Amino acid sequence: MEHAHDITLTVNGAQVSRRVPARQHLVDFLRDELGLTGVHAGCEHGVCGACTIRVNGDIVRGCLMLAVQANGCRVDTIEGLSDSKELSRLQKAFHEHNALQCGFCTPGMLLAAQDLILNSNKPTREEIRSHISGNYCRCTGYQAIVDAIEEVMNGQG
Amino acid sequence: MGKAELPLHAPGTRVDRGYIGQSVPRPNAQRLLQGRGTYVDDLRFPRLVHVVFYRSPHAHARIRKLDLKKASQAKGVIGVFDGRAVAEYCTPWVGVLAHLKGIKSPPQHAIAIERACWQGEAVAAVVAETRTQAEDALGLIEVEWEELPAVIDMEEALAGKKVIHPEFSDNICFKREHDTGGVNEVFAQADVVVEETFDFGRHTGVCLETRSILADYNAAEHSLTVYHSTQAPHMMQDIFSRHLGIPEASVRVIAKDVGGSFGIKVHVYPDEMATAALSVMLRRPVKFVADRLESFITDIHAREHKVKIRLAATKAGEILAFDLDDLTSIGPYSVYPRTSGIEGNQVVNLTGGPYKHQKYRAKLNVVFTNKNVTCQYRAVGHPIAVALTEGIVDKAAAKLGMDPAEFRRKNLIPDDAYPYTFPSGIKFEKLSHHQTLNKLLDLMSYQKLREEQKSLRKQNIFRGIGLAAMIEVTNPSPAFYGVGGARISAQDGATLRLEPTGMVTVMCSVTEQGQGTEGIFAQIAASAVGVSLDKVKVITGDTGVTPYGGGTWASRGAGIGGEAVLLAGRALMSNILDIASRILNVGKETLSIENNTIVSKLTQEKKIPLEELGRVAYFRPDTLPMDFQSELTVTRHYTPRQYGFTFTNGIQASLVEVDTDTGFVKLLKHWCVEDSGTIINPMLVDEQLRGGVVQGIGAALFEECLYNPEGQLLNGSMADYLVPMSGEMPDIICAHVETPTMQSQLGAKGVGEAGTAGAPAAVMNAINDALAPLNARVTAMPFTPERILRALGKVRIEPL
Repeated sequence: MEHAHDITLTVNGAQVSRRVPARQHLVDFLRDELGLTGVHAGCEHGVCGACTIRVNGDIVRGCLMLAVQANGCRVDTIEGLSDSKELSRLQKAFHEHNALQCGFCTPGMLLAAQDLILNSNKPTREEIRSHISGNYCRCTGYQAIVDAIEEVMNGQG
Repeated sequence: MGKAELPLHAPGTRVDRGYIGQSVPRPNAQRLLQGRGTYVDDLRFPRLVHVVFYRSPHAHARIRKLDLKKASQAKGVIGVFDGRAVAEYCTPWVGVLAHLKGIKSPPQHAIAIERACWQGEAVAAVVAETRTQAEDALGLIEVEWEELPAVIDMEEALAGKKVIHPEFSDNICFKREHDTGGVNEVFAQADVVVEETFDFGRHTGVCLETRSILADYNAAEHSLTVYHSTQAPHMMQDIFSRHLGIPEASVRVIAKDVGGSFGIKVHVYPDEMATAALSVMLRRPVKFVADRLESFITDIHAREHKVKIRLAATKAGEILAFDLDDLTSIGPYSVYPRTSGIEGNQVVNLTGGPYKHQKYRAKLNVVFTNKNVTCQYRAVGHPIAVALTEGIVDKAAAKLGMDPAEFRRKNLIPDDAYPYTFPSGIKFEKLSHHQTLNKLLDLMSYQKLREEQKSLRKQNIFRGIGLAAMIEVTNPSPAFYGVGGARISAQDGATLRLEPTGMVTVMCSVTEQGQGTEGIFAQIAASAVGVSLDKVKVITGDTGVTPYGGGTWASRGAGIGGEAVLLAGRALMSNILDIASRILNVGKETLSIENNTIVSKLTQEKKIPLEELGRVAYFRPDTLPMDFQSELTVTRHYTPRQYGFTFTNGIQASLVEVDTDTGFVKLLKHWCVEDSGTIINPMLVDEQLRGGVVQGIGAALFEECLYNPEGQLLNGSMADYLVPMSGEMPDIICAHVETPTMQSQLGAKGVGEAGTAGAPAAVMNAINDALAPLNARVTAMPFTPERILRALGKVRIEPL
């Protein structure tokens, strides 16, 4: 017997209401219920960072949070933050540095990077590396990602 | 940016001027940056159902009873199927190739029948309306197992006291011996002989997007469309066709965005075949997406070699011979259709590769074990061959009291010795070992680093410098698989179409996994036709659309697919000029295309924009001469044939600091100088190298699939299996030598695997260089803190 709950939350600025199984993860809710497939499930046990999203302004792992826990929350995903242009400088720098290959980690990586931009002032290269250490990228070797983030953060003056 | 403004990047290449050699960003990265790509799991279909698999908890066990009744009655379940049910729709396969003489493997089914041979082998499939329902039903399957003796250790497998497959008399899948002759004599007379045994742990690809497939069977047409996270759509088309009994042209394989592959996604996986078969059985779309835990126990593993190697040299420092004995374990089946014999075969072919010795002997045993299967993963065999070579070369240099760089300089094949046949039989067209070595030593300020190392040692800071020279197989000809009977294409094709507005659509059989294939094809096409990059659109990964070809593996995309695009681009340009000459009533030879416009070759005067030419050719051909038909879609193919493989060369260096109290290795810097021929996009090439280096560092320091003696994988999660994360990775400095291959017009060789091939050896040599003053040495990858502390004598308790 499946327990279900009614939830109402704000996703990318729009209010949505759904009845969700108690055990449904937020990443599955976003992908399967709302079709926000930019949020990726990579390991489903909180290690790889591919499902990184923003809940009430903090980055979280969508696979470690249940949809019911997001009741009343403000959730932002790569789709919304792209449309609002909040990520546009980072996206441009990632593009120009080729800071992505297969792109599967990229939405999570961008959200982690944006978190650093919002909460840090002129981090060193090591601090950038450390901040994105919870986001696994098998393709790039990370250097171009660090370069891109560094460029955006230095550009902030 | 028009083509006329851009310089020719590689002097001496016969490439059209234009975007070749330019670091332009990849157009297809834009959608991925906004989370608007399409990976298989992003697809939504009407009547879509989901399959999950019940997997053997034992390494080797007979299925006494499989009770599917409760599971089949669970909520949302469409059906539960065992191996026999699926086998009625999907024939079994055998992973052997004729040119690997004597290789053997038993038939393998999509779902195991009667017996499971590794922990993780699927024995039943549950299909349900949602994945959650399918997973819930898994728990209701009841199985009675009879555990069978499991062969886990590869030396035990080789000894053959317990034989895994009853149809065989031993556990040997494949063996090979290569001998130039005269090896014993050389070793008997040599001034210096060094010997070492190296161990290489099993590891795996850990693609961030797990294996995924959505098969959609249309019963009315008896046709199958498969959306597949794959590197080789045409190979899979052939396989689905033959094993499911559907005509080849009625099978369409589409690879949209692929979230990393690295060789993991170029093999036939039983659960994926079962998914396709279930779509046929159920006459509806079926999706399978591996979860991370089952990825660890079913994605191919790689490596697991134990190799004894000897090197003979003169006291003047001349290498005379290499002699090795490689034992490698591949799991219970040779993987279809590429076989699991290739990695060991590569070790035999490539070990000692950069050097000019004439005597060589290599022995290989590839054995079955009751662990997950192994097969070709990024750099196939190269990391083993390079680490063996460079590890023993360093040991010899130390024994001779020579600097490792000088010892290499003395023995590397001279740059003017080509073409060259290596003692293993492989042929090199043109390599540049000495140029790359010199460039590397300059780039890293080698002498300065040595001095710094010396002075830091006085302060008990143990830094090490490791070098690793290498050769790499790229642009493989049919010699790799085709000659052995595998239906794997060594040729690729490109179709270019001029659209009425003057845009160019490129369709190529080489696929994109993020390495930038589509980006470089756009650069080549734009350069060859004479249009700006924004006018080019590239389509890959669809057997229903592109010409036939091999796809992505063995560093072949740029060199083979790129050449096909170049040839098609030139042909399209010629056809465009045919039309222009009719419209303008001037000789074709007086015209060219520059920046989307037909121009006079002589004066560069603009004559007709391509957009206008397209309008005339498509909508007003009545204005062209009666006897003329324009051809604005052209297809060209390319196969490398002059050499079996187009070898590249390169050299890497690693600078590390070893904490002798904790055993931790800090990577301070890494350098890579690579000669991959003509460079099409330097930014993408460097990115391939860096990503590859980091993957190789993973093998050297972190990654190992650990099995207990019962054949249970002990670290099958990302929390337990360590992969390189950004915090521990160094900056990686890349530089290049460009020796274009003369086999093609483009001159490009491959670069996708070079980083992974050389990095483990460079890191190993750096660690051993750091440990040398302490008389410690490590030879078993990965070099974990525990292993380093054991080597230092600081941990004495036996491992569990």
